[in-house]
Amino acid sequence: MSHQEHHLHTDTWQQLRELTAARIGLGRVGTSLPTSELLKFQLAHAQAIDAVHSPLNGELLCEQLAALSYHQQPLTLHCVKSEAEDRLVYLQRPDLGRKLSEASTYSLQELREKELFDLAIVIADGLSATAVMQQSIPFLTALLAQLETSQPAWTLAPVAVVEQGRVAIGDDIAQALNAQMVVVLIGERPGLSSPDSLGIYLTWQPKRGCDDAKRNCISNVRPEGLAPAKAATRCLYLMESARAKQLTGVGLKDRSEDNVLTDESGQGVFLLRGT
Amino acid sequence: MAGYRYTLGQLTYRFKDLAEVMAKASPLRSGDQLAGVAAATAEERVVAQMVLAELPLRTFLNETVIPYEQDEVTRLIIDTHDAEAFAPVASLTVGELRNWLLLESTDATVLQDVCLGLTPEMVAAVSKIMRNQDLILVARKCEVITAFRNTIGVPGHFSTRLQPNHPTDDLNGIAASIFDGLMYGSGDAVIGINPATDNVAQTIKLLNMLDELITQYDIPTQSCVLTHVTNTIEAIERGAPVDLVFQSIGGTEVTNNSFGVSLAILQEAREAALSLKRGTIGDNVMYFETGQGSALSANGHHGVDQQTCEARAYGLARVLDPLLINTVVGFIGPEYLFDGKQIIRAGLEDHFCGKLLGLPMGCDICYTNHAQADQNDMDNLLTLLASAHCQFIMGIPGSDDIMLNYQTTSFHDALYIRQLFGARPAPEFDAWLKQQKIFADSGNKLLADKLPGRFAAALPHHGGQS
Repeated sequence: MSHQEHHLHTDTWQQLRELTAARIGLGRVGTSLPTSELLKFQLAHAQAIDAVHSPLNGELLCEQLAALSYHQQPLTLHCVKSEAEDRLVYLQRPDLGRKLSEASTYSLQELREKELFDLAIVIADGLSATAVMQQSIPFLTALLAQLETSQPAWTLAPVAVVEQGRVAIGDDIAQALNAQMVVVLIGERPGLSSPDSLGIYLTWQPKRGCDDAKRNCISNVRPEGLAPAKAATRCLYLMESARAKQLTGVGLKDRSEDNVLTDESGQGVFLLRGT
Repeated sequence: MAGYRYTLGQLTYRFKDLAEVMAKASPLRSGDQLAGVAAATAEERVVAQMVLAELPLRTFLNETVIPYEQDEVTRLIIDTHDAEAFAPVASLTVGELRNWLLLESTDATVLQDVCLGLTPEMVAAVSKIMRNQDLILVARKCEVITAFRNTIGVPGHFSTRLQPNHPTDDLNGIAASIFDGLMYGSGDAVIGINPATDNVAQTIKLLNMLDELITQYDIPTQSCVLTHVTNTIEAIERGAPVDLVFQSIGGTEVTNNSFGVSLAILQEAREAALSLKRGTIGDNVMYFETGQGSALSANGHHGVDQQTCEARAYGLARVLDPLLINTVVGFIGPEYLFDGKQIIRAGLEDHFCGKLLGLPMGCDICYTNHAQADQNDMDNLLTLLASAHCQFIMGIPGSDDIMLNYQTTSFHDALYIRQLFGARPAPEFDAWLKQQKIFADSGNKLLADKLPGRFAAALPHHGGQS
């Protein structure tokens, strides 16, 4: 479309777009953004805003989750709420989004068992319910399948689905359920080109007021970023290391992680080839 | 401490200390509300401003907002205060300081002379009783010039940091954004990468690439990898080509602890970078980023409002003589700056406070997708800051940072400012752009029509392109 636009000065390096998802080679009118690119940007921003404000479809999500199983048992599910009553409050009061509502706390305490659960899984809308709706099922499907092969077997608490939740609400939930570790799946702050990105946070022996330095994070989980199945492999690796070392956070930083994002292709950089 | 009081009609307002007067006098923002330090009513806010306006500037030397014994930033501010420079304004109140700053006779030289006599708290206080136009007018009068391989802050010039971030630090992906930026005339403040993988090995790899690029193309600019200061120190020890040392800093000791830094670490890093002697025309080797809300986020605000904490961060920065410092004004999110109006006000305050304290202020004019802000708000702040002679802004492809997931100013945005105000890049970089035929030689066009041969030849698979 942009090629048909009048008065457009086209950038002749558009082939570089193969190297990055950044908005390069947009061209210009005078020195300003061409109309088509301006509107593309507006659309992406509109989608990102909608992702922030779109409500979590808890019913649909629970329906899909109910189809998953762990050791031949269907998942037990429980919907809970934070103390932030709506999105506007949620955005301005991060402290409330971190706290489990009193009613939800009682309802989860009812689900406790005599033994400590090894693992609680929490799914929270965070800043993108879109991400949760799209990535949490493929991620959990992969994680549960891999988890079944992990020894000794992990006992799994009822899965909590949270509205208006932030990462730290996992601490309250794990405490209420009496679980040793919590894995929180949460919609990340939507980027302009990634309104659907899921974050995964692991916390060993979670409790309210837990320092963020005591968590491990896997971010950018989406088909165009870290594929959900790959993220599940990494998540299980961290879970097993956490169980072995009895900790999460800075102390768990695995060496393999340092290289995951590094470009080890060793090939030259185009700009730096001999001039 | 007797506190402060003000009687308005039947009602007497009381403020327990200086920090409370300052906080309640702050224009409304969500972060101060979240911290529980904001004025309860619109009237209380203006009353606090009236109390503040009456305070002699000497008050700030006698009463600290965070105790001297508890906080190294307070100690730094008090211990480095220059009584001689303070003399011309020593008898003024905060309200009188505003008047004095707006006098036509208070010019760049007068402001430079008084700079070390002003503390961050004095500057924050006066900003709270200034309107946006006051903040712009006074900031515009301040002249701050710094240098490394080019000169930043010369009147009539306006610089950009080329920010070629990539979500996996792919070198060719980064190079593609750098190429795009250079062809749009961006990158004179610094070519600065936020690494996705934050470790020493990665830092060195990126530094080597940038060094090779700058050397091969003789670009009169400097590079930076925005990793933790301790990583940069280690990179220097391992012989990496470090131009600028980056660090995020805040205005209280607790905040800086949460960033894993202290004045001593920053001084050590500065010494290490200076020892490399890589600057050709100047030795400003530090690059800082700040932003309102960081102290609250780190539970280190001591009941002080976020704008005052921010000004204190500049107090720390100025003893380290940076090349660049920028406030990342809309990155932190709506719980600190709720909407476009609050972001714009904060950007103008930060720029004013930094400039008045003698710092080379830039601004990351930005927002996140969960804030109530859009491109129009950014256009407003960009235009206002450029009219206030802001030293530099960010430049990224199409305003979309695909690694940090936020929107900041684009390469196109910088050219808008060049057209609007006739502002050129740093003189040395401007000359290079013309020599490389990226900028047009003459006529009414800024950019040349044709891609210069040297850069066309650098494209992969060249010849395959029509």
